[in-house]
Amino acid sequence: MLGYLIRRLLYAVPTALGVTLVSFLLVYVAPGDPLNAIAPADAPADVIESLKATYGLDRPMPVRYGLWLARALHGDLGVSIASGRAVSGEVFGAVGNTLILAAAATIAGVTFGCVLGAFAGYRAGSLLDRLASAVSVVGVSVPHYWLGLVLTIVFSVRLGWLPAMGAGPGGSGEWQWNMEHLRYLLLPAATLCVIPMGIITRTVRALVAETLQQEFVIALRARGLASSAVFRHVARNAAPTVLAVSGLQIGYLMGGSILVETVFAWPGTGFLLNTAIFQRDIPLLQGTLLVLCLFFVVLNLAVDMLQPLLDPRMGRA
Amino acid sequence: MLLLRRLGRNPVALFAAALLALVVGAALFAPWLAPADPYKASMLRRLAPIGTAGFLLGTDELGRDMVSRLMYGGRLSLLMGALPVLFAFVIGTAIGLVAGYVGGFVNSAVMRVLDVFYAFPSVLLAVAVSGALGPGMSNSLIALTLVFVPQVVRVAESVTTQVRRLDYVDAARMSGAGTASILRVHVLGNVIGPVFVYATGLVSVSMILASGLSFLGLGVKPPEPEWGLMLNTLRSAIYINPWVAALPGAMIFVTSMAFNLLADGVRSAMEIRR
Repeated sequence: MLGYLIRRLLYAVPTALGVTLVSFLLVYVAPGDPLNAIAPADAPADVIESLKATYGLDRPMPVRYGLWLARALHGDLGVSIASGRAVSGEVFGAVGNTLILAAAATIAGVTFGCVLGAFAGYRAGSLLDRLASAVSVVGVSVPHYWLGLVLTIVFSVRLGWLPAMGAGPGGSGEWQWNMEHLRYLLLPAATLCVIPMGIITRTVRALVAETLQQEFVIALRARGLASSAVFRHVARNAAPTVLAVSGLQIGYLMGGSILVETVFAWPGTGFLLNTAIFQRDIPLLQGTLLVLCLFFVVLNLAVDMLQPLLDPRMGRA
Repeated sequence: MLLLRRLGRNPVALFAAALLALVVGAALFAPWLAPADPYKASMLRRLAPIGTAGFLLGTDELGRDMVSRLMYGGRLSLLMGALPVLFAFVIGTAIGLVAGYVGGFVNSAVMRVLDVFYAFPSVLLAVAVSGALGPGMSNSLIALTLVFVPQVVRVAESVTTQVRRLDYVDAARMSGAGTASILRVHVLGNVIGPVFVYATGLVSVSMILASGLSFLGLGVKPPEPEWGLMLNTLRSAIYINPWVAALPGAMIFVTSMAFNLLADGVRSAMEIRR
């Protein structure tokens, strides 16, 4: 068990390093000079040189990567070219907002998905089962940015029940846990939750239907166990897979919310990435990418480490 | 052919195929079928509602006919959705085949490098690469291909590793066949099926992502008609004429659902029933 955990932990290190390297290098594959974003085209040579020195662009690539990584490990992600503020501050604020959105969507999606999937698995072939397959197909097929637009049209434009944009009254970027702010969360979270709902419904349905066919379930029933007690055994069998799938969904949604955040003007990492891309703000782009991807790597790791707790067989493998 | 016959017995897959044929046909024959010029703007009839005489589905924010733009838009949207999967299918199968067959150090090296790309959520990777390369259609294609290659390699590699150990591969090698011909004749035939099934499932994701990139302003550039881009430019019209604004997204949804249903059909048709 301990051996498995240590092996898994060591295994994550090269991946994490690779992620930092890709995040760093990605922005340099682009044509054009990163300084174009700040320096006017006719800037004198000595101004360009001093700007290069300020941002460390005068050094060779491997040195730049090493320095960037060393600073990043200390929580210093550089200074945003566009805003002149520390990247770490901007990124962590945005990550917080995105995390609220992604977590809300995952919790809602997983809950609905589990309930619907379990019922469908128990009643394979029934009308409910067909409804569940429809939900899962729609969930993975719908372009969520469009769904967001449709929900805005229905609930904001037509009915006027919910706000269409932002994360709080008056366009404030500061999230607070109160009713006023939660109203702003409702539409984006509902939009985003469709994806995990579709996937979890499909997963749980397959797991439950498959487990119910196994001999030990027949044996449990033959021994006269109540169906609620049998369900506990089924749930226990499905739990590790559902945990793994759901855990990864938070990660996917953290990275995937960029489109939905654009639709709802949610002040998260998607908004930050958009700014960074269109203003060619390299430190901001690198920082946002790095934080999001490391989050995903750590999440993967956490899921893999939690799994043996639910299913002891895995730790021995 | 067996695959087609089995698909023919699946009503859902047939329905999906018919729907796709309709969308693809409308896109392909748009120059002959479209009622109007998709680029012809008119300031006088901007944002006409659905059902306006002469403009069945209304007009967009520049007064261009929506029916025509939706038909023409399918050309780029379908192409941008299908091409990355096709590229990834070819490149990914080749890499996976070699990595799986050679095994050992080469395999670990290739797979560990791909693990890094696998560690990026796909939307994030697509947006980041496409954003780093700059807006444009070819850059979106590169970004999306990069998203799908690692996934295809994983499938191709795992199937190849299984096939490589089979007796008939040893037999071929003992009878003097070279590595290239073993891969081409004996291994590829067994690997391509599962990889194909996997790739068909990627087309709908690819369509949603490709249109999503255009929606963000990273893909197709105006005034070209493309569903994602149309959704973006019509966004500001949701307070004036909401249902016209929602139309391009509905097209993406219907098409991607048809691809998904068809992919499900292909998957179950390829399963060997006992």
